[in-house]
Amino acid sequence: MTEEIIIAGFGGQGVLSMGKILAYSGIMQDQEVSWMPSYGPEMRGGTANVAVILSDERISSPILNEYDTAIILNQQSMDKFESKVKPGGLLLYDPNGIIRHPKRKDINIATIEGAKEASLLKNKRTFNMIVMGAYLKLHPLVKMENVHRGLEKSLPKRHHHLIPLNEDAIQVGMQKVKKVNTL
Amino acid sequence: MKYFQKGTHKKSKTKMEDVKLMKGNEALAEAAIRAGADAYFGYPITPQSEVIEYLMQERPEDRTGMIVLQAESEIAAINMVYGAAGAGKKAMTSSSSPGISLKQEGISYLAGSELPCLIVNVVRAGPGLGTIQPGQSDYFQATKGGGHGDYRLIVLAPSTVQEMADFVDLSFELAFKYRNPAMILSDGAIGQMMEKVYLPEQKKRLTNEEIIEKYGSWATTGKTKNRERNIITSLALKPEVMEKHNIHLQEKYKRITENEVRYEELQCEDADYILVAYGSSARICQKTVQLGREKGIKIGIIRPITLWPYPSGIIAAYADKVKGFLSVEMNAGQMVEDVRLAVNGKTPVEHFGKMGGIIPTPAEVLEALEEKLILNK
Repeated sequence: MTEEIIIAGFGGQGVLSMGKILAYSGIMQDQEVSWMPSYGPEMRGGTANVAVILSDERISSPILNEYDTAIILNQQSMDKFESKVKPGGLLLYDPNGIIRHPKRKDINIATIEGAKEASLLKNKRTFNMIVMGAYLKLHPLVKMENVHRGLEKSLPKRHHHLIPLNEDAIQVGMQKVKKVNTL
Repeated sequence: MKYFQKGTHKKSKTKMEDVKLMKGNEALAEAAIRAGADAYFGYPITPQSEVIEYLMQERPEDRTGMIVLQAESEIAAINMVYGAAGAGKKAMTSSSSPGISLKQEGISYLAGSELPCLIVNVVRAGPGLGTIQPGQSDYFQATKGGGHGDYRLIVLAPSTVQEMADFVDLSFELAFKYRNPAMILSDGAIGQMMEKVYLPEQKKRLTNEEIIEKYGSWATTGKTKNRERNIITSLALKPEVMEKHNIHLQEKYKRITENEVRYEELQCEDADYILVAYGSSARICQKTVQLGREKGIKIGIIRPITLWPYPSGIIAAYADKVKGFLSVEMNAGQMVEDVRLAVNGKTPVEHFGKMGGIIPTPAEVLEALEEKLILNK
């Protein structure tokens, strides 16, 4: 099994840390992982993306031009990555702020109202875990116990008291994800 | 899959607690502490600033006594390395391309004075200030000189975060074994990406007595009654003396060439075409091999791990067997010259590369192979 994921949105949405938690969760179930961020001018312009690969085998290229899954959190990233989802792959996005919705018919499309749900949880910073929960509902790549261990590993100790909140957010995402187009 | 490496890629039996998800730059910095390095001198530059950031945060002075110092410039940093290395200390510096250019005078002096040290170049695309995106355009600089004079650096090219960690200790070992500067030639992609890494165990920093016992008494560790004073210099005004020194250096380089070539060979046994690539390009090429083989094109990879000494032997050995080589590099064609020298006209050798910080995709590499070696035959 190899899953190649792009997570793309604005800086500050927790794009890079979502990728890191996914990657750590993969490590906890003894998978090979890679996490390749954008660090260049695009990042300095406000958008951020990270390519994450989880695999049972040695990972070849950490740099990809097509993905099994795209998790899209702003319009610029939708414009850039919709075409880069492999046929039969998954595009998951937060419709908040999206004016041009995806048009492809050869991929699975789902939405999660991450920003809205985060404000209902009264903690905007749970946004990325809500989105990750939605993703894990659709692609249960990693077991929840390993997500827990992944959170423990990737969050500094002083933030460990926030782990239950993050796990609640993941559950919210799992419940609230909506399938838009299913192949 | 064949590995011709010592000390790396061992299937580690390390416990889960020792597995970390780290950036290449961070893994390298942590590995430096664990290698028992005595000193790091550097100056920040993207895309390698995490090295000094990590070291400053980790405070190795409290852990092992290792000194970490942000110098006032790259030039100061390399000369601090010169001083520490002259005293027999394990000293290192790191930078990215423009900063490495600034260090070249010092590197030439280190090579001339036969001082072991580690220089890390997390390459960004040039020339000039260029871009902060990854490149491999410093291959010539790293392997053919860079500074003035007839000298060589031992150059290791990691292609994983694990190798960023493993090659630190390996570089120091080789540097001290041969009294020669070693370089880790990485790039922005390997430096910035995170992968799973098994960290090496903590090595003890050596005392002066241990340095003398292990490596001989060439360093300026303090003159004792029973020996002449040690002089660290690259200057010899008499041509006869300088020639003797040059011959001595060349003999040493010959020994390194005979003993320290490292490379990885992937799926070459039945290959019709071989990709030659190092660092992040080699990772991209692994995917190209997969894509090619799905289409029925038998491709293999030779991945040089030491860029100097270059693994010419294995390339020459395949020159009679394959229909062509494609050297894949993020530059205008530098390593391809070494591939051509090794192949010596026996079969076509082409180059494919992207410049300016653009990373080629696996599909583009396959397309280039088909166009340059299959259709154009």
